[in-house]
Amino acid sequence: MKKLINAPDAVVAEALLGMEAAHPELSIDHELQIIYRADAPVAGKVGVISGGGSGHEPMHGGYVGTGMLDAACPGAVFTSPTPDQMLAATKKVDGGRGVLHIVKNYTGDVMNFEMAAELAAAEGIEVKSVVTNDDVAVEDSLYTAGRRGVGVTVLLEKIVGAAAEEGRSLDDLVALGEKVNANGRSMGMALTSCIVPAAGTPTFDLGEGEMEIGIGIHGEPGRYREPMGSAAQIAQRILDPVIHDFPLKRGATVLAFVNGMGGTPLLELYLMYGEVAKLLDDRGITVARSLVGNYITSLEMAGCSVTLLRLDDELAALWDAPVKTPGLRWGA
Amino acid sequence: MTCVTVGDLEAWLREYAGLIRANKEALTQLDSAIGDADHGINMDRGMQAVVAALDGTEFAHVAKLFQKVGMTLVSTVGGAAGPLYGTYFLRFGTEAGDVAELTVAELGEALSAGLGGVVARGKPEPGDKTMFDAMAPATEAYNAAVAGGADLAAALRAALTAAEQGRDDTIPMLARKGRASYLGERSIGHQDPGATSTALLFAAAVAAMA
Repeated sequence: MKKLINAPDAVVAEALLGMEAAHPELSIDHELQIIYRADAPVAGKVGVISGGGSGHEPMHGGYVGTGMLDAACPGAVFTSPTPDQMLAATKKVDGGRGVLHIVKNYTGDVMNFEMAAELAAAEGIEVKSVVTNDDVAVEDSLYTAGRRGVGVTVLLEKIVGAAAEEGRSLDDLVALGEKVNANGRSMGMALTSCIVPAAGTPTFDLGEGEMEIGIGIHGEPGRYREPMGSAAQIAQRILDPVIHDFPLKRGATVLAFVNGMGGTPLLELYLMYGEVAKLLDDRGITVARSLVGNYITSLEMAGCSVTLLRLDDELAALWDAPVKTPGLRWGA
Repeated sequence: MTCVTVGDLEAWLREYAGLIRANKEALTQLDSAIGDADHGINMDRGMQAVVAALDGTEFAHVAKLFQKVGMTLVSTVGGAAGPLYGTYFLRFGTEAGDVAELTVAELGEALSAGLGGVVARGKPEPGDKTMFDAMAPATEAYNAAVAGGADLAAALRAALTAAEQGRDDTIPMLARKGRASYLGERSIGHQDPGATSTALLFAAAVAAMA
């Protein structure tokens, strides 16, 4: 293992020190490991928090700021944060109109946020949750833990965060979050494994000439392995299941998001985006907004994912609204 | 032994922390085959925190001891194992109550309550390839042995045998819960890490109390 670290057990704590040094507009509780907007709680605004294992940066801590999250709870690498962390974050961002938890559909995340919501309710704070589950690679969702929350989570945090900034109610934000999740689909692929710092060895073995189609963001295996293909072939492999799952018809309008898993250069991500845009154009699907880059990563894994979000005027306007966070920043 | 004292239960927890430490890499290895390669690391972090809590406090009652253990695991383990083992020990302590010792039968009731907590939190079904597949048969075997007149040592040994059998039985199962479920058929042939750490819990009980 070659990583820019001092000690495997200190990675998250030391990254938070660096984040605080780089972003004075954030405030960080190092003991509980929570990242807040410095002006939390914002009076009269629903608090919006998320959290999950570390290793997916900039998600979630990099999305704390005006127009997106009020707080994020990073767990250990690839491990859900804990209920006491989430409870502290919930209390800190409660501006009197309740708190929304944005949860990715993983067994641990769901259970820990459930426990946190029970604890918050016991303290008189109204908490509601939205769970993202956009990964179409999980086919048999009835007999599994269900679809995983992946790329749509980033888009949902942006859109719901913008709506919270407008002053919408907790119930409205839940409905909006559910709408975003229902209109988004993703699928990913990997060229290499990632290495969890505390484990020190690759999570899975992938041969030099192989790729894994349908990979999760923790190196969980996907649908199948096959010999390495060209970017054009890979784009088709991961885009077609996404389109078929909706199913998206000719004339649909989408936000197209090509995400890097952490170890793939932007040069290749733009090349992939070009392939995706071409395929969407061939299918008569209009791309109204785009996002290309490393936004929901899996440590140093090489590979990418594609997320499509069906847009209407409301979602497009909320996407365009100002945002000022370390990971996404425009209009503010 | 006819009764289990708070001290015996503490010894059980320390033994468990030791077994988790000794099996840390093995658990993580199992988890990297069908999960996310952190079960040994997370359980070790949690059980070391439990040991630190035991070192710093004297517990008069079983309920207090297990409330501390449960909350420590919930706040240090993370993942799914944190809420599951945390809830297990919280319910165990609540059932045991403010007593300094448990009879052999009362220990069985506490084990059953812990199992009930895991069921409430994780909603596992038998055969889903989870910790439940080791914990449920172990608990049942303990209670059946006690009902049949077995002493503590014999009942705990019966529980361990059932836990290890349950653990081994997860190998051919198709995972239907947790991250392993994303593998579908590829989960077949791998031993479940949660069932493995649960079997260690009963191995620790035998080592400390039988």
